Amino acid sequence: MLNRLNLHHHLFLFSTMLLLWVLLTGSIAVDELIAGVIVAAVVSLISAPYITIFDGIRYSPMALISVFTYLGYFFIALIRANFDMARRVLSPSLPISPELLEVETHLESKLGQMLLANSITLTPGTLSVELRHNRILVHWIAAPEEGVSLEQATKDIATGFEKHISGFLK
Amino acid sequence: MRLIADILLLLGAIFCFLGALGLIRMPDIYNRIQAGTKAATLGSIAIMLGIGMLYPEWWSKLLCIIGFLLFTSPVSSSVLARAVYLSGIKPWSKPKQPLKNSAGEKS
Repeated sequence: MLNRLNLHHHLFLFSTMLLLWVLLTGSIAVDELIAGVIVAAVVSLISAPYITIFDGIRYSPMALISVFTYLGYFFIALIRANFDMARRVLSPSLPISPELLEVETHLESKLGQMLLANSITLTPGTLSVELRHNRILVHWIAAPEEGVSLEQATKDIATGFEKHISGFLK
Repeated sequence: MRLIADILLLLGAIFCFLGALGLIRMPDIYNRIQAGTKAATLGSIAIMLGIGMLYPEWWSKLLCIIGFLLFTSPVSSSVLARAVYLSGIKPWSKPKQPLKNSAGEKS
């Protein structure tokens, strides 16, 4: 049963657990590491069949690169979002024109859709409200007055993230 | 080092304050969730980084906290927003003919 994909799944779980162990103990002494390896191996072996959320991950060197570009893109967006929010909150006229609208996503895995929804929540002026099939309902704080089409909203809100996320998730 | 830490801590405090101010000033719950989530996330991250500068031996645990924060805080606000949406509360929208003098204050 341990085919190639399964092996990747096990390895990924194991290294995640080990990383968490090292971060929590905060030391890389040999005895701590040995204990960590044993614990991580036991935990990942037992839990691997039940953890389905990591199913959509692509395992390739290119995927690792896109994880980092995604993180960079995400943090820039997060900082921009905060200055944008600060400007709106501090300006006396409260310049907002909120609207609920839908955006479409091509990501298929649960983890990918969740990551996209999370990213949308933390970026300038948008909050994901509901996720159904491949549509995300988004509350946009600065929607254009004249209304906006599904394609345009998708392009404005989701496409940038989707490009980066689809590098490492299906 | 000390100076960078102080600046980061101050920045975090300012963002958290702005988030709180947003909670008061925004007209409806969706906008309040927006203001609260974003500001609180970046504010706490900045504070964590500041603490990391002051106490370098805590870096690993602070990284853990930042990671969990980045995953859980948007999820919790999305869940709140979804509950609000499913219970049928419509988002506030700008009055069609805004009042000339105090457009934002009347809601």
